[in-house]
Amino acid sequence: MAVSSAAVQPRPSILSRSLSLLADSRNALGFGFMLPAAALLLVFLTYPLGLGVWLGFTDARIGRPGIFIGTENYQYLWDDAVFWLSVFNTLLYTISASILKFALGLWLALILNQNLPFKSFFRAIVLLPWVVPTVLSAIAFWWIYDSQFSILSWALMEMGLIDHRINFLGDPENARASVIAANVWRGIPFVAITLLAGLQTIPQSLYEAATLDGASRWQLFRYVTLPLLTPIIAITMTFSVLFTFTDFQLIYVLTRGGPVNATHLMATLSFQRGISGGQLGEGAAIAVAMIPFLLAAILFSYFGLQRRKWQQGGGD
Amino acid sequence: MASVAIGDVYKSFGTVEVLHGVSVSIDDGEFVTLVGPSGCGKSTLLRMIAGLEKISRGEIAIGERVVNNVAPKERDVAMVFQNYALYPHMTVAENMAFSLMLKGVSKAESGASVQRAAEILGLVPLLARYPRQLSGGQRQRVAMGRAIVRDPQVFLFDEPLSNLDAKLRVQMRAEIKELHQRLKTTTVYVTHDQIEAMTMADKIVVMHDGLVEQIGPPLELYDRPNNLFVASFIGSPAMNMLRGEIATDGGSPSFRGSGGISLPLAAVPSIGNGEQVVLGIRPEHLRLSEGEGIPVTVVVVEPTGSEVQLIGRTAGGDEIVANFRERHSFTPGETVRLSADPGLIHLFHGETGQRFEMRTRQ
Repeated sequence: MAVSSAAVQPRPSILSRSLSLLADSRNALGFGFMLPAAALLLVFLTYPLGLGVWLGFTDARIGRPGIFIGTENYQYLWDDAVFWLSVFNTLLYTISASILKFALGLWLALILNQNLPFKSFFRAIVLLPWVVPTVLSAIAFWWIYDSQFSILSWALMEMGLIDHRINFLGDPENARASVIAANVWRGIPFVAITLLAGLQTIPQSLYEAATLDGASRWQLFRYVTLPLLTPIIAITMTFSVLFTFTDFQLIYVLTRGGPVNATHLMATLSFQRGISGGQLGEGAAIAVAMIPFLLAAILFSYFGLQRRKWQQGGGD
Repeated sequence: MASVAIGDVYKSFGTVEVLHGVSVSIDDGEFVTLVGPSGCGKSTLLRMIAGLEKISRGEIAIGERVVNNVAPKERDVAMVFQNYALYPHMTVAENMAFSLMLKGVSKAESGASVQRAAEILGLVPLLARYPRQLSGGQRQRVAMGRAIVRDPQVFLFDEPLSNLDAKLRVQMRAEIKELHQRLKTTTVYVTHDQIEAMTMADKIVVMHDGLVEQIGPPLELYDRPNNLFVASFIGSPAMNMLRGEIATDGGSPSFRGSGGISLPLAAVPSIGNGEQVVLGIRPEHLRLSEGEGIPVTVVVVEPTGSEVQLIGRTAGGDEIVANFRERHSFTPGETVRLSADPGLIHLFHGETGQRFEMRTRQ
């Protein structure tokens, strides 16, 4: 059947022959397969990024395209105390929140890695803050930090630990600590669950061998867990730092950058100047100013993530 | 070095009891293998000696000291794991020196110990490498080196060769045995491979379903298996087994099996006429005979050069394996008669599987 139908087919045309030649070429085919992904990257990643960088060099406002003004926006920002405050705030926010998230997340991961009763239940619970939309949890924190109705103030007063309500979001120092605490609460699940996954790749027999070798619990952690977890820690913390550095939603809902710009991050300042204030060019310049910091974080992790010597070599 | 005494030990995981009262005494400097099919509890027992599993009931003593409540690191035992359990982020030298480092031994002293162990095992050129850069056999040696460096009272091996290929396994087997002869450290070695057990051990403990089936030197287990399980587990190819009954008519006893098999037996006390038994003959004890013996139809002939292995079937459908040192030639389908010296025949109780002692043995 197949043989007879093949026999009556006409000779292939030149077009179909050159097409089949193309399909046989490894490079041409590879290029073809790559095109859709490249197009997606171009449209959704490169274009917005490029537009943002371009806007930073213009005096565009909302409703007015703007003209090229060179580095004027950046010169203005250089002398802008609020901008530098936001840089300081962003660094403080990122560094302290990341350190706390790492320490608490690792601690939580170590606990969850034990043989607890209802283990999977607790693991699911831990993910909750990560699952809830940020805006929702931010609103919840807004109530927790409310100057009149804060449950924290109420609880502490009922316990007799304080005698007047805490002004969580009204005082610059308190506000900074409050938004950092909210960010830590939200970020811990990511760190804990990723590190937990890393912990579970460490073979039990290594702990048994080290126990027989005479290691105490601390030494097990110091000489087995920590070195074997380092690659996972590097990647987890890189992501965590990037998320934290570019955070916007929490701050925008909780404080909008106040009081007196004490919690303004670069992302919120960029939004305020660019969208709320209408100065698109200046807002874009602030956003672009974040890039060097982000690049530094990525480079740091790139070198930190390089396969360590013990991970290299033969395999079997 | 020290002896190990395991006294009526039980182990339960939750409601499941996996060891039902095991007693083994291991002398100072002895090489003992725990052998049995998977799930028989041999690894659990080893881990209980190491302190990695709690002892549910009973007592384990290392030397004079009962170690039931002694932490693993205080027991002074070293263990070689099936997957080697080398620390991947440490070099060979660091792996071997790890326990000494934890003990606070000085760098110079631990370096010397590592060097000594590395020389014994031929690891000197590999000291700076990481485990990933080693072959399976080299990793195995590092795992042993890590144990040697500690100079423990007892070495524990948990199926250390099962991840290696067949050739390397034979080589490492000899190396471990040589190591033991050199260091004379009490060794407990778990394996499911009866050949490993036979070739290495001073004493074999055969375990099955959480119980000890038999304890003894390798050749005693081979020559006088206590029961059907040991008889079929020890030896490769396995012992031939035929069901049948005892006939004592005419004075001297004989075995009657299905398909008209009849074999004369040595004098068997305590067996009556008509008793149901299982008869066991090792493949190498079968010989060709004329007229008498078991009629067997040849199915497959496997010449290996050093011997000829014949796989055949009796009229009753039982498979029979025979090994001949002589180069007989057989044709599949032909019928040959096989018999054995009555003194080399084993008899087991038809129901309990326990061995019947016969009077004459070679």
